Amino acid sequence: MASTLKLEIVTPEAKIYSADVDMVTLPGAEGEMGIFPMHVPLLTQVAAGEVVALQGGQDVHLAVGEGFVQITGDRVAVMTDMAIRAEDIDEAKAEEARRRAEARLQEKLSDDELAVANAALVNSLAQLKVKRRGRP
Amino acid sequence: MPSTRDIRRRIKSVKNTAQITKAMQMVASAKMRRAQQAALSGRPYAALMNEVLASVTTHAGDFTHPLMEKREGDRRAVVVISTDKGLCGSLNTNLLREAGRFDPATTTYLTAGRKASQFVARTRRKLAAEFTYKDAPAFSEARAISKFAQDLFLSGEVDHVDVVFTNFINIMTQRPEVHSFLPLGEVKALHTDVEGASSARELGTASFEYLFEPAPTDVFAALLPHYLNFQMYQLLLEAKASEHSARMVAMKNATDNAKQLIKDLTLEYNKIRQATITKELLEITSAAMALG
Repeated sequence: MASTLKLEIVTPEAKIYSADVDMVTLPGAEGEMGIFPMHVPLLTQVAAGEVVALQGGQDVHLAVGEGFVQITGDRVAVMTDMAIRAEDIDEAKAEEARRRAEARLQEKLSDDELAVANAALVNSLAQLKVKRRGRP
Repeated sequence: MPSTRDIRRRIKSVKNTAQITKAMQMVASAKMRRAQQAALSGRPYAALMNEVLASVTTHAGDFTHPLMEKREGDRRAVVVISTDKGLCGSLNTNLLREAGRFDPATTTYLTAGRKASQFVARTRRKLAAEFTYKDAPAFSEARAISKFAQDLFLSGEVDHVDVVFTNFINIMTQRPEVHSFLPLGEVKALHTDVEGASSARELGTASFEYLFEPAPTDVFAALLPHYLNFQMYQLLLEAKASEHSARMVAMKNATDNAKQLIKDLTLEYNKIRQATITKELLEITSAAMALG
């Protein structure tokens, strides 16, 4: 059977990542999950955070927003509203976005606006976390 | 016979028109490229979403959700996604013909775009809400429409929700289509030629049960509204891409026609000019001969 997983990460704007990987770590709704090939079929929510894919002995880091993941024996499909590779993250921009989102949360907002601001905040936090990993 | 001055004037006015249509064609083609890009890049996500939902609904067991409830009644809400402006060929005409097929007695309309609102007002049908969407549709605009439609459905005011929109096939072809929005039943893809869309069928027949984490109810409660919002977003993108393509083609035709007209008029103008000169020469020579 399959010894690799096909990892696909798509956002409404584009397909961000698609490759065969050996293992994936995801921020699941109930904590980190490590997915190996032949995992049982699973559908769960993804929290904003870091996705680590082990591809040919090398780690690939990505920041993702909230979304869903569908896991079958040989495939991991992540649908999220934001996904960005660690090396593409602009730290200053993410920091700026975080500050803007925090300021927005101080205002009086309707439910919809609140959800948007919250999503923006967790997305920027996820980016910052990924970018700053391994640093003090 | 028209005088040379009349023809000259007409040539000038046609030239002006050609210039304007040419400019509009340029603008539309620039916008089209962007809209097309947006619509195309959304398709893999839409395809994957369809696939997940299709496999989940077949594997979730006897699980149901209020949004999937099939009802007997025939009251329906129709979301019409049209353009704001005209000058895009037969796009709106075709679209609204499709929208007008529904029985006015049992149908309420939700409109996105000014042309649809005008249509509903003109034909005196029931209008529940008017929405707008910008040139580059935002997800929040789609969410507003989708939310309203879901509320109508969940409150039991309507039994079906359909969306009438213009599907973007390619630059030359845009097809008005009726897309069944609610209740969520059989999931069908807008475009079957997208990578990943085909595997939905394979997965649908595979015989494994899905695990859900947390409980199926929670995942469904989050997934279904999101799916619908996204679906609406994709429909808006498709409609926008169609609009700009149709407008570009219409404006290109208009420019070509104007050019042809200028050519014909110039020919006519030259003929008359030559005829006048010949006539004058004849008059002069005959006068000279009479004198001599």
